[in-house]
Amino acid sequence: MTLREIKELLHAEVITGEDSLDIEIMFAGGSDLMSDVLAFGKPGILLLTGLSNTQSVRTANIIDAKAIVYVRGKHPDKEGIKLAKEMGIPLLSTKLMMYATCGLLFSHGLPGVSDLF
Amino acid sequence: MNDEDVLSQKFKIKGGDFGKAGRTSTSIKEILKEIGIDHSIVIRASIAVYEAEMNVVMYAKRGMVTLNITPEKLHLKLEDEGQGIADIDQAMKEGFSTATHEMREMGFGAGMGLPNIKKNADRFKITSISGKGTTLDIIFCLNKTESK
Repeated sequence: MTLREIKELLHAEVITGEDSLDIEIMFAGGSDLMSDVLAFGKPGILLLTGLSNTQSVRTANIIDAKAIVYVRGKHPDKEGIKLAKEMGIPLLSTKLMMYATCGLLFSHGLPGVSDLF
Repeated sequence: MNDEDVLSQKFKIKGGDFGKAGRTSTSIKEILKEIGIDHSIVIRASIAVYEAEMNVVMYAKRGMVTLNITPEKLHLKLEDEGQGIADIDQAMKEGFSTATHEMREMGFGAGMGLPNIKKNADRFKITSISGKGTTLDIIFCLNKTESK
């Protein structure tokens, strides 16, 4: 599934990374707890989170996540957006809550990180 | 720096500086990538040093990371000055945490940090003196037969 398809499915807004929407996403994982993301995340993951501070961007960078989708309409601050631009991590934001976001992606065939590793 | 070291570098971490937390780990990851360390080791080392850096920011006054790379191993030493850990066995248990609300709002402080560092490292040593500080030795074998 491409990031563009994910954006459309979730009616998400692109915060940064408009030119990276054609990247292929193979799996996803969701958590607001960055230590959990560091424990279960794998390179290539699409990170779904409601934590919108700069640590979400740094965590995504550390584990080589492909992109971040913020749920519940969350937006990172200017510092987070600047960092994501520097690191080349696309950021999207959906008004859907975590449960609905995960459910929609899963039902459209995007597996979770725990299904693959 | 010993003769056999390929690279040796020190980084300072300021305790309580949540805004800059994670910068050192990001820099270290870039260095490891640039010098061509195996990708899976780059990820494991980055995760370990990030968790360790967050611990310094959250719990200590200040800290220092020393990155040493030889042909055989990647050694990350974290030394901090701070409250230290009274009971290391307890601190190593998943879910044990003394984090404040502010730390949890950052997405950390769930009691996963030290176990996560241990899980990623090939060798891990922790020593602490209550009221003085904590030292972590996080080692990754660059020789594939010994590595995880």
